[in-house]
Amino acid sequence: MATAQTTFNFDQMLSNAREAYGEELMRMADEGLDFVFTFTDNVAPSSSAGKFVKKYPDRCFNFGIAEANQVGASAGLALSGKIVFAQVFGPFLSLRATDQIHTDIAYNDVNVRLIGTHSGVTAGGGPTHNCIADLALYRAIPNLTVVVPADAGQCLKVVRQSMTFQGPMVIRIDRGGSPNVYASNDYPFEFGKAIETVPGTDVTIISAGSSVYWSMMGAKILQEKFNISAQVIDMHTIKPLDTAMVLKCARETGNVVTVEEHSINGGLGGAVAEFLLEAGFKGKFKRIGLPDKFSILGDPDEVYKFYGMDPEGIARQTAKLLS
Amino acid sequence: MSATALDLDLVQTLEAKCVDIRINLLNFIYRIGMGHLGGELSIVEMAVALYYHYLKFDPKNPKWEDRDRLILSKGHCSETLYTIFSDLGMYTMDYMVEHFETLETAKFGMHSNRKYVPAIELSAGSLGHGLPVAVGMALGARQQKLLWRTFVIVGDGELDEGTNWEAIMAAGHFQLGNLVAIVDKNNLQMTGTTAEVMNLDPLDKKLQAFGWDTIEVEGNNIASVCAGLDTLPVSDPVLRRKPIFIIANTKKGKGVSFMEDNVNWHGGGIAKAQLDQALAEVESTRKVR
Repeated sequence: MATAQTTFNFDQMLSNAREAYGEELMRMADEGLDFVFTFTDNVAPSSSAGKFVKKYPDRCFNFGIAEANQVGASAGLALSGKIVFAQVFGPFLSLRATDQIHTDIAYNDVNVRLIGTHSGVTAGGGPTHNCIADLALYRAIPNLTVVVPADAGQCLKVVRQSMTFQGPMVIRIDRGGSPNVYASNDYPFEFGKAIETVPGTDVTIISAGSSVYWSMMGAKILQEKFNISAQVIDMHTIKPLDTAMVLKCARETGNVVTVEEHSINGGLGGAVAEFLLEAGFKGKFKRIGLPDKFSILGDPDEVYKFYGMDPEGIARQTAKLLS
Repeated sequence: MSATALDLDLVQTLEAKCVDIRINLLNFIYRIGMGHLGGELSIVEMAVALYYHYLKFDPKNPKWEDRDRLILSKGHCSETLYTIFSDLGMYTMDYMVEHFETLETAKFGMHSNRKYVPAIELSAGSLGHGLPVAVGMALGARQQKLLWRTFVIVGDGELDEGTNWEAIMAAGHFQLGNLVAIVDKNNLQMTGTTAEVMNLDPLDKKLQAFGWDTIEVEGNNIASVCAGLDTLPVSDPVLRRKPIFIIANTKKGKGVSFMEDNVNWHGGGIAKAQLDQALAEVESTRKVR
């Protein structure tokens, strides 16, 4: 089982995957790696991606407020022989450009890496700016690899490794700062191979993105308040799902909880549930995520708390499942 | 440019080729039992002019790096291209029939797939995708300073889809001098005339307002099509100038009296008696010189 040293303390420094990947693009370009970058009218000049655009203008293309055109044109750029990184505002990548992801990117099998920002409710501003249906949409599209880095450091690994990856990929990241899950970047990372971040014996919590960190904190509460030993899995690749890891963990602990910043319908929880039911899993199972409702309005941290996606909520719901 | 300034031998050769392609296309659709003959017949002259003369294209090496790229955005008319590929020696007609939507052995389908047919640049079928992808291709050629040109053929009904207008706006903005779009303006879409369903006119003025140059041709007159294509400036990936839209005024179902301008000939197969009449009519247009 892949393991990595995790940070795991409550005074966690935040780091920002959106900034980190822009810095990685700059490093890769500085090293002479060949790729182009497309974006819509969403790259601030002061951001790391903005600085990249300023330094390498001949390989950057701004499509204005037109996600469908950006994604289609990114496919065209890839067909002209380039690897393409495309930064798209996540809610509109999934809701406006799924047609283009399906047909231009996945069906045409091009080397475009779609970086969907502002995942879940991290954008703030209510349901028009929530990105909660994307994983369900992406999961149903063949030939699409879907990656949700757990933290900024892992996002760097994903971006770097995607340079040698064949085929289309979506990389889903938060709007701003999120806690570091991993203490250092010195751990093996492979697409489709999940990572155990916290060992445990009573229940397995499978998560992705910044929810991995909330799950790890939830596992700590479970241990301290409920005497429950929870294992936490970083399922950074939603598709293809590491089913071997899911099965192994489910057999070992007998109980499975999923946590994700996405609708509870059709995302990571759906993927795990579908697999486990067909595999004959008979244990207890719970999906934690955003309910099948348009979200209440509020600061993301308050929204997490309201829907039980914060560490306390994860611990409370997991303990209830096991009681 | 008047037709008299054209290479008359070329015009006559292409004219005869259009008759061949229409006949082969009708036979092909009869054998596979499905197609979109109306739109497939209306693009014959443009497709023939491009593949037999104006495109940098090598049937023996369809992935030749320096080739011009032609995207058929109205992907439901792919049988016209397959028929041309067959005539160019890439596949026999029998092979195409035996591999048409035949499950595991399928290579050809109503909507073309670039993974199965190497000469197809973009797997298409859903409308409104070709122009955005063509913009990306042209930008890619510019970024790499490659000399090939990107062509994209769209339907007029297809221009209802808003993504086209995002791409048309972007191509004007980027001033892509290496991009040529061609609209098969047959004035019919699936259920009626474009004027009835969703008015497109004045198309030339709309395109010009979006930063394009337009060239209007009689799209089923090979001399006019050639005259239009002859006026294209040399493709230049770097030079910023207006992209070019060729408005090809065509007739849906061109060449077969009972299909021409008949909205009922959008999609489907063709019966034997209809085939025989259609073949006779097309053959009668062959000019004996």
